[in-house]
Amino acid sequence: MMMRMMILVLLLCCISSAAPEETHDEHGGGHNITGIPIVTFKWHHVKPPYTVALWVLVCFLCKLLIEANHNVTNYIPESALLICFGFILGGMIWGADQVQTFKLTPTTFFFYLLPQIILDTGYSMPNKLFFTNLGAILVHAVIGTCWNAATLGLSLWGCHQAGAMGNIEIGLLQYLLYGSLMAAVDPVAVIAVFEQVHVNEVLFILVFGESLLNDGVTVVLFNVFDAFVSLGGGAIDAKEIVKGIVSFFVVAFGGSLLGTVFGLLVSLLSRCTKNIQIIEPGFIFVLGYLAYLTAEMLSLSSILSIVFCGVCCQKYMNANMDENSIQTVRYAMKVFANGSETIIFVFLGISAIDKTIWVWNTGFILLTLFFILIYRFIGVFILSWILNRTRLVPVTFVEQIIMGYGGLRGAVAYGLAVNLNETNIKEKNLMVCTTLIVVYFTVILQGVTMKPLVQWLNVKRATTTELTLVEKVQNKVFEHMLVGIEDISGQIGDNYWRNKWRNFEEKWMSRVLLKPSARKNQDRLFNVFHQLNLQDAMEYVKEGERRGSLDFIRNESAFVDFKKKLEEDYEEAMPDIMADMADDQNGASVMRRDPVPSISLEMHEQNMRGLREAEVINSHHLLDQHLYKGRKQHRYRFSRSHLDINQDENEVQEIFQRTMRSRLESFKSGKMGVAPPKTITKHTKREPQPKMPNGRNKNYHSGDEDFEFSEGDSASGYDTSFPMRVGYRAGAGIENPAFMPDLDPSSPLHIPPWLADAGLEVNQVAPSERAQMRTPGHLHRLASLRSRARSGETDQDLPPPPHRDDDHL
Amino acid sequence: MGSSRSSLRRVPDGQQLLQETGFSAAVLLRLHQRFQFLDKDSRGHLRSEDLEAELSENPMGDRIVGAFFQPGQETVDFPSFVRVLAHFRPTEKNRTRGGEQPEPANSRNRKLKFAFQLYDRDRDGKISRTELLQQVLREMLGLQVTEEQLQSIAERAIQEADLDRDHAICFDEFRKSLEKVNIDHKMSVRFLE
Repeated sequence: MMMRMMILVLLLCCISSAAPEETHDEHGGGHNITGIPIVTFKWHHVKPPYTVALWVLVCFLCKLLIEANHNVTNYIPESALLICFGFILGGMIWGADQVQTFKLTPTTFFFYLLPQIILDTGYSMPNKLFFTNLGAILVHAVIGTCWNAATLGLSLWGCHQAGAMGNIEIGLLQYLLYGSLMAAVDPVAVIAVFEQVHVNEVLFILVFGESLLNDGVTVVLFNVFDAFVSLGGGAIDAKEIVKGIVSFFVVAFGGSLLGTVFGLLVSLLSRCTKNIQIIEPGFIFVLGYLAYLTAEMLSLSSILSIVFCGVCCQKYMNANMDENSIQTVRYAMKVFANGSETIIFVFLGISAIDKTIWVWNTGFILLTLFFILIYRFIGVFILSWILNRTRLVPVTFVEQIIMGYGGLRGAVAYGLAVNLNETNIKEKNLMVCTTLIVVYFTVILQGVTMKPLVQWLNVKRATTTELTLVEKVQNKVFEHMLVGIEDISGQIGDNYWRNKWRNFEEKWMSRVLLKPSARKNQDRLFNVFHQLNLQDAMEYVKEGERRGSLDFIRNESAFVDFKKKLEEDYEEAMPDIMADMADDQNGASVMRRDPVPSISLEMHEQNMRGLREAEVINSHHLLDQHLYKGRKQHRYRFSRSHLDINQDENEVQEIFQRTMRSRLESFKSGKMGVAPPKTITKHTKREPQPKMPNGRNKNYHSGDEDFEFSEGDSASGYDTSFPMRVGYRAGAGIENPAFMPDLDPSSPLHIPPWLADAGLEVNQVAPSERAQMRTPGHLHRLASLRSRARSGETDQDLPPPPHRDDDHL
Repeated sequence: MGSSRSSLRRVPDGQQLLQETGFSAAVLLRLHQRFQFLDKDSRGHLRSEDLEAELSENPMGDRIVGAFFQPGQETVDFPSFVRVLAHFRPTEKNRTRGGEQPEPANSRNRKLKFAFQLYDRDRDGKISRTELLQQVLREMLGLQVTEEQLQSIAERAIQEADLDRDHAICFDEFRKSLEKVNIDHKMSVRFLE
């Protein structure tokens, strides 16, 4: 398999490299044709797109090869391997051509490969985390990058003056220019390396945010110094320097503002695209790209622009768009971003094989490497020390080390280096060579050693558990508490501003940018209900099992499939690194829906000791995985390659039906409870029917009707059909051992809520709106089930439940 | 503020409060000024109305205010005011305490205790369902939720945390349920000077 792949790749390279040698002279208009050609080989006709497509294919095949074996990628990050593949491919081309025919051109890179990566990062940016740490991120991005640039440039110049570099013609300005292009931490490289390391969220967002926002600084510095180099040293005076500083603000803020405008535009559009859901996903890509290009056109920071476009539009797009569109957008973004990244790294490798840039200057190269590392660490330590004096949660020393070590340079630096003007800068090739070497050093060496370093230093890793209900409620309480304390102590702090922003956003922006139906559903504690219902359902299943009524679930054939599926699903259900943040969403965000917390699942599991453990746990996992997921849930893992989504909708339906059936049966039997006790001992399907005296029929149906209402009346409707709860008091004459509240005091099972307080206020567990919406269908089924059961039919013949319009949930 | 030490003499129990709460002198002074600002009639102590005026929109407003007052008391003087606020100072990680030193006000434990008392208004050491339900949840969720749903949430929350099955959450259970939450972060406010 591998051999075949290699041969294929080799072949492709040969074709693509041999292609330019062809000298075909056929054109459409024909000359010297002697007869009608049946088939002609029109290579030149298709050459440009064909080459591009072929190269994309080759890069993807490289990735295929790499990912074939996970053992390797555990130790060496994919990016490093891709670069190595690039070397090999470059070597092959070199062998064929003796000249470099393919390299990563800045145009290709900046216009066709970079935008989608940055759009993806912006769109999946954890907003709250990002903005909370924005101060620190900005300090590192702006001051840190300037520091890097200045120190690198000056030190290299100093060493040059000291003679360490031999005879090269680089002046101070050129050193500073070089420093500015080497200074920036590269977002592509950071993602590629940190993706596999899973450090804690704050650390990640600091490094990553810095790598994104420093583009503003890099662009300005590069342009300013480039202008200075072109103008010559004499033209620099105070006025120019001031202009440089002003241009920084214009570029950075202008870029961000432009991006925000585009983001709002996309959000507004998504509000109106109800009728063209099929191309709804396309808007974000087009507008994001336009944001990038517009910023480029106005010489503002294009990366900042596209980042803010993604950041602003996330929430509204996710609320407004159709489920399928949301999924499409996410997937497509990941595909493009991942694909681009692959291509970039492969070409970074290929670009090395070019004789013209093999200019070696020991001093220059080694000193650059050395200074980059040293000054990065020094810069991080100093800035962190300053920042820690004002941060609530300081960045620890170990984390600072990782931040320093994570200052990776990547393709952006290379792109800028290749853009250097050769006439002004005589040693451009040396600079390009050095840049490449630095990039390889950081991506390969630092990338490989990052993971062991993180483990060795015992850096706090990303949290992997979901929050419980208590924690979620508590977090809300804390938020309010902090705002209150700030108010009392009379100071305007973060919480005050956050509160203000939240109120503003809810009042004005949501009104404009969200669809009315989406606005209604921005339910603060929807997550809470979701969990609630899930736990509800689990209780019912447990109860039903105890009473032996879940026979159909324990039906082997159905069960086995789920079991298998569950095991592998559960492994993959690694919560995202932003699990902690999801609950703290500013009021109305439904961007992230947490699936069932595994913590509460564990607690229930502990309680199951008395029951048939495996089955029970399976059924819980079953529900956990498949039931009651409000919307298709995507976790915000910052990963290029993994996207966890909800499972098949049909399964959800089916399980739901089963549990609802059991639930209703238990309720019905409860209603009948006042009747002679001996009829309630075993709970089979047949049981309810004979006991249903006519007088009760009405009751049942009224319960039925109660279910068929609008959301508003849901709870009260359910209420009246629950008289049986009161009937289950101990000693009320019901013999069903399963329902005896004092059955087994030592049992580790915890008593379902409806039995918890016999005698206290009726402690109902109200089903979720969603459940109530669905029950009518099932009730119908159940009713017909009842009648059919008598005649011996099975439930397979029942019609499928009516399709509910779920889009407002 | 160069002579904050001398101005500190104006603050009742200044030195002792400095030690006890760990606030810096400048912060203490500012809090004193704030106290005097809130104490509009210059009585030397605050009543609940003075504090509530600041928290009109906050769903947890009256609870927070209630936390300042010891049970049975109607007024709070400056030392008590500062002591309560001291709970919210960011924790310092590298403090080493001798065995006999009392636990600092802003330790994780004390913060949790404070949060616990927010719920447990009748100070019986347990958060019962009614306390959780009626007061906290209803205040926070307000009109978005129906009564039954509220009760269900409360019941669920208690079940999650209630390990000894007494249908109420005692302090230990409370603390345990919040093990994974970064209390230092979530219950700290930066006090400006």
